[in-house]
Amino acid sequence: MTDISYVKTERHESLPPPKSEVGIIHWLRSNLFSTWYNSIGTVAVLYLFYLVVPPLVDWALISPVWDAQSNQDCRFEGAGACWGFIGARINLFFYGFYDMENYWRPTLVGLMLLFLAIPILFEQVPRKVASGGFALFALFWAIWAIGGIGTVASLNLAVAAGVFLFLAAVAIASYLKAPRSACAIAVVAAFPWLSVSLLYGPLNVESLQSGFGIAIYAILLIGGGALGLWSRQRRDALGTMVGFLLAYAALVIIYMSWGMDLTVQPTNTFGGLMLTLVLSVVAIGVSLPLGIVLALGRRAHTMPAVQMLCIGFIELVRAVPLITILFMAQFMLPLFLPEGVNFDNVVRALVGVSMFASAYMAEVVRGGLQAIPKGQFEAADSLGLNFFLKMRLIILPQALKIVIPGIVSTFIGLFKDTSLVSIIGLMDLLLIAKSSVTDSKWLGLEHEAYFFIALIYFVFCFGMSRYSIYLERKLHTGHKR
Amino acid sequence: MANTAESTGAAMEISDEVAIQINGMHKWYGDFHVLKDINLTVHRGERIVVCGPSGSGKSTMIRCINRLEEHQRGSIVVDDIELTNDLKNIDAVRMEVGMVFQHFNLFPHLTVLENCTLAPIWVRKVPKKEAIESAMTYLERVKIPEQAHKYPGQLSGGQQQRVAIARSLCMNPRIMLFDEPTSALDPEMISEVLDTMIDLAQSGMTMICVTHEMGFARKVANRVIFMDGGEIIEQNEPEAFFNNPQNERTKLFLSQILNH
Repeated sequence: MTDISYVKTERHESLPPPKSEVGIIHWLRSNLFSTWYNSIGTVAVLYLFYLVVPPLVDWALISPVWDAQSNQDCRFEGAGACWGFIGARINLFFYGFYDMENYWRPTLVGLMLLFLAIPILFEQVPRKVASGGFALFALFWAIWAIGGIGTVASLNLAVAAGVFLFLAAVAIASYLKAPRSACAIAVVAAFPWLSVSLLYGPLNVESLQSGFGIAIYAILLIGGGALGLWSRQRRDALGTMVGFLLAYAALVIIYMSWGMDLTVQPTNTFGGLMLTLVLSVVAIGVSLPLGIVLALGRRAHTMPAVQMLCIGFIELVRAVPLITILFMAQFMLPLFLPEGVNFDNVVRALVGVSMFASAYMAEVVRGGLQAIPKGQFEAADSLGLNFFLKMRLIILPQALKIVIPGIVSTFIGLFKDTSLVSIIGLMDLLLIAKSSVTDSKWLGLEHEAYFFIALIYFVFCFGMSRYSIYLERKLHTGHKR
Repeated sequence: MANTAESTGAAMEISDEVAIQINGMHKWYGDFHVLKDINLTVHRGERIVVCGPSGSGKSTMIRCINRLEEHQRGSIVVDDIELTNDLKNIDAVRMEVGMVFQHFNLFPHLTVLENCTLAPIWVRKVPKKEAIESAMTYLERVKIPEQAHKYPGQLSGGQQQRVAIARSLCMNPRIMLFDEPTSALDPEMISEVLDTMIDLAQSGMTMICVTHEMGFARKVANRVIFMDGGEIIEQNEPEAFFNNPQNERTKLFLSQILNH
């Protein structure tokens, strides 16, 4: 009989790992040369790189023509890419056929979007830096606009004042530690209309052209505001909401019809990167909230009518190609609209792309909702949270976090799908590139044009992809120590 | 019987005020009749342990009390509020009834402190500062104030369950429901959760616990209910229940869980 009793008397100390488990050599060995076929693969890929990369670098960076008046300047032995062509046509690529003296308008909208988005997208940006940057931007812009430096001498002082006040208000609010959500609401409530007024100009609102119409809007504005304030004092949530919404809607319409007194820039002059961005930003901005609503509606088992409606919309839109939806928006929408009502082409494309993206987004979000364990719903219920609080505070933050990769994939797909609007005649980035190489001065420069727009698409899509990784890391709470 | 018993449970004060009144309650899942004619009156300050084989409907019964499950016949009155389809009533009941789950169900995207302050701030409209103060007192009471800024994923099972108890207590409930609070825990961690529950019982909280911790039942409960097949088969004071069960099914169940 062997003695099976054993007692450990002291603890074993932790030792450093052996040399073969750490360092560069270990990494190369285990990742690139772990087996003989892996080694062959590594060598083959390196050889492929050798074949492809040097000529590409030579073409794009070492021997291109940076300055050219026409394609003749690029036609000599050993010439690389004809970047001079991109330089000469850069405005076309960025702004389409937008009037040159109005380039500042889309630029301003873009910069505003950038400045507004950064503090919302990145929580680490300290408030002081964010609001300081914002205030500086507003100030520079006001000086530039009021001073009429450069080509903007015709600029209306009111534009400068309006935009400056808005930006300054957001900057001050965020500096004064207004909740981030309040700043976000201010941005969401003002930015879209500000952008429309800047990009397009005043809208033609017929009902505002008679004294009677003006009176009605004035009554809506003042009455709505009064109702809102009065209900707020009586703590009547519904009345407050309805009152303020009425006043807000009236204000928006009045404001849009004034349009900061700019000249109208017809939407058929929109084009290039600017149009691509307008389409994708609007579609992204619409599809996420609408997708969430549709996803929740699809799961609303207690309301069969709502459920049917949501399922119908999602399945119908998903079952039809985007091109078909765009064609339908183009040619069939007028059939359903009353005589005289006419939608702008760009607006039609916006509606089509947004609807399409919303249906996909709804299914992505639904996937996230389904991944939330039942216990989370029950815990929220048991604490007395009502449906909206439960969704907003407990379920959606978790569900959306799970589907960040799916959401961003949808955004990326959407961004690239906007190139399909070219088939209904909108001059987006792709169509601009395609048509710019048919110019007799620049014939035969397809490589450069497509390479350039591919680069633009890549920068935006890769940026979105990186942002999604950043977000996932930031929201990861499981094992953070 | 109760006076001779050593159990602290029976010695604690029970008022005449009725906290929960269940009358002739039935529930079906589709064709399946899960709960059959449940009648139960719980007085304020009572500590009731519900036991029974799995599938006997004990969890379903306590989940009916805060309307996580809907009953189809009979009535449930909690704190003089009858549970009907009226959402206002349901929310009112849920504010007064805390619940602790088998799998903790903490909110993983929020810190421990945020888990505790969320409902007071959003449902009871307590100012944030006050909510944090009261949450910290409850976290001290369950003995984990130092974990307040961690996420649930970083805590052990026992710690998570104690946070879940603190989270419920932060709403100042008058009744607490426990749905197998120790069943998902490692043996080492069961006692820390039970100690918290004993502490809570001694403070006079009205409690209904679904549990198989018979030691806890003897020590704390003033009444033990045995359920099987969706019915209440037997109920009695703990000493009498364990030492002198009447129904055959109770005897079988007790012999199975006590002698293994």
